[in-house]
Amino acid sequence: MAIDTTQVGDFEYPGEEGEEVGNPPSKPQTWRRSDWLRPNALWALVGGVVGYLIGHWLGNVIASGYTQVQDTGQNDVAIVLGLSLGVAGFMAGIGALNYPLAKILGYELSPHPPEPTWARYFRMTDDHKVVGMQYAVGVLLFLFTGGLLAMLIRTELLSPTSHVFGPGTYIAIVGEHGTIMMMMASSAVVGPLGNWLIPLMIGSRRMAYPRVEAFSFWIFMAGYLVILSALFFGGFPTGWTGYAPLQTQAGGGMDSYLVGFAVIGIGMILAGFNLACTIINYRAPGMTWSRLPIFAWAILATTALLTLATPTLVVAGLMGIFDRTAETAFFVNEHGGSNFLWQNLFWFFGHPEVYIMALPGFGIVMEIMPVFTRKPLFAYKVAAAGMLGVALLSFFVWQHHLFQSGINPDMRPLFMLTTELISIPTGFLFLVTLGTLWKAKIRFDTPMLFCLGMLFNFLIGGVTGVFLSDVPVNVTVHGSFFVLAHFHYTIMGGLIFALFGGFYFWFPKITGKTMNRRLSKWHFWTFFIFFNCTFFPLFLVGLLGQPRRVFEYATNLQTLNDISSISAYCLGASFFLFIINFVWSIYLTPHEAPPNPWNSLGLEWQTPTPVPWFNFEHIPVVLNDPYHYGEPDAAPVADLGMAMAAAAPAGAVGHDELGTGVEGDGDPRPPIL
Amino acid sequence: MTDPGAAGPATGPDQSGEQGETHHWWRLIAIWVVLSAILDPLFYFLAGPHIPPGTMTDVAQGAQFDFNVLFVIALPVLLAVWIYLIYAFIMWRASRGGPDPVGGEAARGHLGIQVGWILVTTVVVLFLAGFGTYELVQPGGAGGGEGSSPIWTPTSKTVLPIQVIGQQWKFTYRYPTFGGFETNQLVVPNDTTIQFNVTSLDVIHSFWAYQLGVKADANPDYNNVAYATTQELGSFIVRCAELCGIWHGAMYNNGAVVTPQQFETWAKATEVRLRRNTKLLPPFALTYTPDANGADGGYYPDNVDPYSNVEQYGAPQPKGGG
Repeated sequence: MAIDTTQVGDFEYPGEEGEEVGNPPSKPQTWRRSDWLRPNALWALVGGVVGYLIGHWLGNVIASGYTQVQDTGQNDVAIVLGLSLGVAGFMAGIGALNYPLAKILGYELSPHPPEPTWARYFRMTDDHKVVGMQYAVGVLLFLFTGGLLAMLIRTELLSPTSHVFGPGTYIAIVGEHGTIMMMMASSAVVGPLGNWLIPLMIGSRRMAYPRVEAFSFWIFMAGYLVILSALFFGGFPTGWTGYAPLQTQAGGGMDSYLVGFAVIGIGMILAGFNLACTIINYRAPGMTWSRLPIFAWAILATTALLTLATPTLVVAGLMGIFDRTAETAFFVNEHGGSNFLWQNLFWFFGHPEVYIMALPGFGIVMEIMPVFTRKPLFAYKVAAAGMLGVALLSFFVWQHHLFQSGINPDMRPLFMLTTELISIPTGFLFLVTLGTLWKAKIRFDTPMLFCLGMLFNFLIGGVTGVFLSDVPVNVTVHGSFFVLAHFHYTIMGGLIFALFGGFYFWFPKITGKTMNRRLSKWHFWTFFIFFNCTFFPLFLVGLLGQPRRVFEYATNLQTLNDISSISAYCLGASFFLFIINFVWSIYLTPHEAPPNPWNSLGLEWQTPTPVPWFNFEHIPVVLNDPYHYGEPDAAPVADLGMAMAAAAPAGAVGHDELGTGVEGDGDPRPPIL
Repeated sequence: MTDPGAAGPATGPDQSGEQGETHHWWRLIAIWVVLSAILDPLFYFLAGPHIPPGTMTDVAQGAQFDFNVLFVIALPVLLAVWIYLIYAFIMWRASRGGPDPVGGEAARGHLGIQVGWILVTTVVVLFLAGFGTYELVQPGGAGGGEGSSPIWTPTSKTVLPIQVIGQQWKFTYRYPTFGGFETNQLVVPNDTTIQFNVTSLDVIHSFWAYQLGVKADANPDYNNVAYATTQELGSFIVRCAELCGIWHGAMYNNGAVVTPQQFETWAKATEVRLRRNTKLLPPFALTYTPDANGADGGYYPDNVDPYSNVEQYGAPQPKGGG
């Protein structure tokens, strides 16, 4: 069962108990630099630029002259080496290599106490709460970059024939939008909320691998820079799917795509391993599988996909890189390769990827719903089993993306069956949430509104998915705007709605401040209405014959396209309501949030705000699941320690004074370094 | 579909009791049945006949029928959830001040509802998979790309083969039974089963003859076959449905279904008109390898190695001149 996390390390931790930060005399001599000289995001950027220049120079030295992309003067070897060494330089600059290198060389790093300042957000840190916040900002950066590109796409599609962009620019924007959004969505919940909440939810003081956690975030940011660099090299013409042989034919921006996806993939794998290990091994005593919050189940199912599907993407990216630089022929038909190989590898990753995005959204909705209905979660075990079932089945459906491609055409009934089967465990989301609403006492606070919005959107997304899985109907809708509308309904309507629900729900815990209620509701309603106005017309547009990624379309579709475009601008503006609300509520007119504003039973709400660096003074003993609403005789969710148990009724602990020392535990060491 | 969520026989301090329970159930089911019974036929008979891709071919009609069947099944599912949500919002909102929710085993699950839900969804899903498979196999592949050796073929004895060649950024069409001429016009006769042999010279394209209900990816070095039997005269649009580079958005042309006599006249005249061009073309083959020298845009039939004049062992021999 859960490992006793109080048994951590056996070295002294300087800086505790008011002791001067320094080195115990018995330890090897170490030195401290000024804060600016210690690794931080600035040095990461410097390292990235230096690494890129070295790599680019090296590539030109070893491969100049025979791998120039025709007529562009771009040398693929130089670009790939530049980007790869740039990522390495970025990671070195942020300090990812310091610990392993020091260990190899036999030095002991002086552990730094947690910085209380904003500077910690620009460093490699082993506090899962800081990494969670870093991820939140990083994910929003991805989201807004991709969102701005979406505005450009909708601008081009205002008119069927007159153009804002040249076709090359347009296709670069489309590819960049898709890729950035996919990269963002794969970490959207797992990154910020997964890292921030999971240790608190399972009663742990830390993640299983804190340095790996920080690494996964910073390499995520390195991936952001790499994929943005594609624009600098002229973009890539393949969209986010990167199909060969167009991939092999494309210019230097394609290298950014391939390296970028490989880099992001490494981050996804590491984040997945880390969360899986944490959930399996770091649960507090008494946190049995049947008491695990459903959000943790969702993350656990997601980690299975992150760790098992993503390696395929990394490998496919490497093959593509070799095809473009080392003249291999994995995807080149004339030389014994196959363009089907890329499609197979890509979608073998790509479909589980869809559920990497969807499952955490399910988790948030099911986690939040009991709080606002004041009822236990309905059919908890079905929910957990359903998400594991989705994770398992998602490995057996990938060829439904290739129904008309001519690949394995006789297997189409099988993939039609598996695809439709996956709607059974996916449908459990509705069984669970609708069951939870039965005879409830529903409070329509903003997080709940976002969850209900998610249910509405995801239902449409899911039902249209059944249309897509039917091969005869697929003949018409495959590759059209119908597909586009479908997956925007599941990912944006599902995941992003759930993500904002989660943000509104947990921000009072994370930031200690209350979000403005009226602005939050305005955000929801504009977001919900304009989301539907943007994407619902696109179902019709697709059904009426408009293929994806085109810049010209039939003139009779202009009205529908214009409705979508104008709504898209309003949807973009709705995001700014969130930004304004965030800045207004957190920085300009901060109101202290009550310790448990939603009156939730979740273990994460039983910790003080702000959560101390090591989360729990005592490792809690979990006594009950966090859903015993409407059960007055139920045991409290956890025993948080002797002092607290005496001071307050368990389950309603608000705040306590933990900031300084840790007495009474017999183990004053904080968990890690 | 099912209306989920009844938490079984009420227990404890619930004031509405057993009667309230069944009350909600019957109300929900009644609203659902009435609305479904009204909206489903409305859709099927009013919107159904106009659903794309129309009825120009048998496979297009099949796709339209399929879409309508799926919609008739999907609409009650959507209605069930929407009605339930609206009902819950009205009846059980906190501001209404109803009884406090009751936790406990009854609220945490209900074996009958869980099993019922799983059974109903499973039955629907299995029906859909079976129905889709039948609709795929029975009309000969439903107009989709069936690979190079299709196992589901139309019953028609006479088949007109037309080769569709995707290339950046246009489709050209070769008519092997009319001397293998190549043209950028797609003209097909009515009341005829067409066999589209779709291939590509460069990257992946997708041949989407919208009103014909045909879509098949054009892969280089690969012959992807799709069937359709025409049954209505008219023009249709062909678009590329797979991103193929910067001019993907401009890769479209119009085609026409004409009477067999008109087609015969057109094809024979075109064959004569293009005779001198046809001689310069590579002999008709199911796939072609792009010219090794690339720049001049030439291409070779696949069974000829562009680097030598020795035919590859075991490759099919070209039909026709060249």
